[in-house]
Amino acid sequence: MKPKAWKDLFRVFFKIGAFTFGGGYAMIPLIKREVVEEKKWLSDKEMLDLIAIAESTPGPLAINSATFVGSRVAGVPGAAAATLGVILPSFFLILAISHILAQVQHFKMVEDAFEGIRAGVPVLIASALLSLYRQAEKNAFTYAVLIPAFLLACFFQVSSILILLLCALAGILFQRRDASGAGKEEDS
Amino acid sequence: MIYLKLLWEFLKIGTFTFGGGYAMLPLMRQIVLENQWLTEQQIVDFIAVSESTPGPLAVNMATYIGAVAAGIGGALSATAGVALPSFFIILLLSGGYEKFQNSRVVKAALAGLRPAVIALIAAALVSVLGNVFDTGALFSRSNLNGLLIVLCAGFLCYKKKHPILIIGTSALLGILLNRIGA
Repeated sequence: MKPKAWKDLFRVFFKIGAFTFGGGYAMIPLIKREVVEEKKWLSDKEMLDLIAIAESTPGPLAINSATFVGSRVAGVPGAAAATLGVILPSFFLILAISHILAQVQHFKMVEDAFEGIRAGVPVLIASALLSLYRQAEKNAFTYAVLIPAFLLACFFQVSSILILLLCALAGILFQRRDASGAGKEEDS
Repeated sequence: MIYLKLLWEFLKIGTFTFGGGYAMLPLMRQIVLENQWLTEQQIVDFIAVSESTPGPLAVNMATYIGAVAAGIGGALSATAGVALPSFFIILLLSGGYEKFQNSRVVKAALAGLRPAVIALIAAALVSVLGNVFDTGALFSRSNLNGLLIVLCAGFLCYKKKHPILIIGTSALLGILLNRIGA
């Protein structure tokens, strides 16, 4: 660990935060270029670990990645520097935008534009949904979780947190039963 | 106090978001609507703004919701809330990643969480769509405009155009269609 490492971490992650649109997965190629190829902070294998860990722990992918790289390179101060770096550009930009939006949102043209945008955004959500669905394993267990979870969220307004906890529990119970040799996968 | 409330609610969001991007949307939407910090329309509007500005979606949304609810202090509380759980969890795990990744319980829980996230985003999508289309007047002008924009955006999306282009086109169509109607 070099003494100035945290400054470098802050700078690199500030850049990543300032130049990736869409966040999360869009950030991974840039992180790879900066962190693996330029700075050589992580090896290719560690980069794969990073993605796996960021996906399997809670929280926004960008924060998970920044904390992971920061702590690898320079411990807790490194983690803090990288995380602040990735957050700050958004934070200030959005503060400014929220201010501007409040001033202009009552103009007719802005209202019309947002009326159009409101119809376009569901398409973006649908496309994110589709790509998640494509990546998912499609077995009986997936549907046995997906369908009830959707119905509970959509028609019974059950809290998302409760649904997530129940589904995690279902995963654990299903694996237990599977491991104990019951062998029937259909009626999980 | 509003700052503590924002911090607490966003700590929950940071703790229960699995995966990137839209994975946080269902829970965030639910909490924001419950607390009446933003309307459903404002949430959708701001998803578009978040997509068109750099930075992690989660941070953008947290900062905006916090700022609208309680100014700069609110933005700070919400952003800190959404970031802190990840930060500490990754630090705590540091050194024990392999054990964590190979843990059967973690794998099993994630196998349950993945379809759950898909289900929750699908439910959020249904409700966002419900906000675009007025089911009371099926062939109203605004429904037809909405449908046209959804089709155009869908086509651009199918052609793998960048989200910013899709948002820009939707905005432009929104302005044009309203002009023609006037």
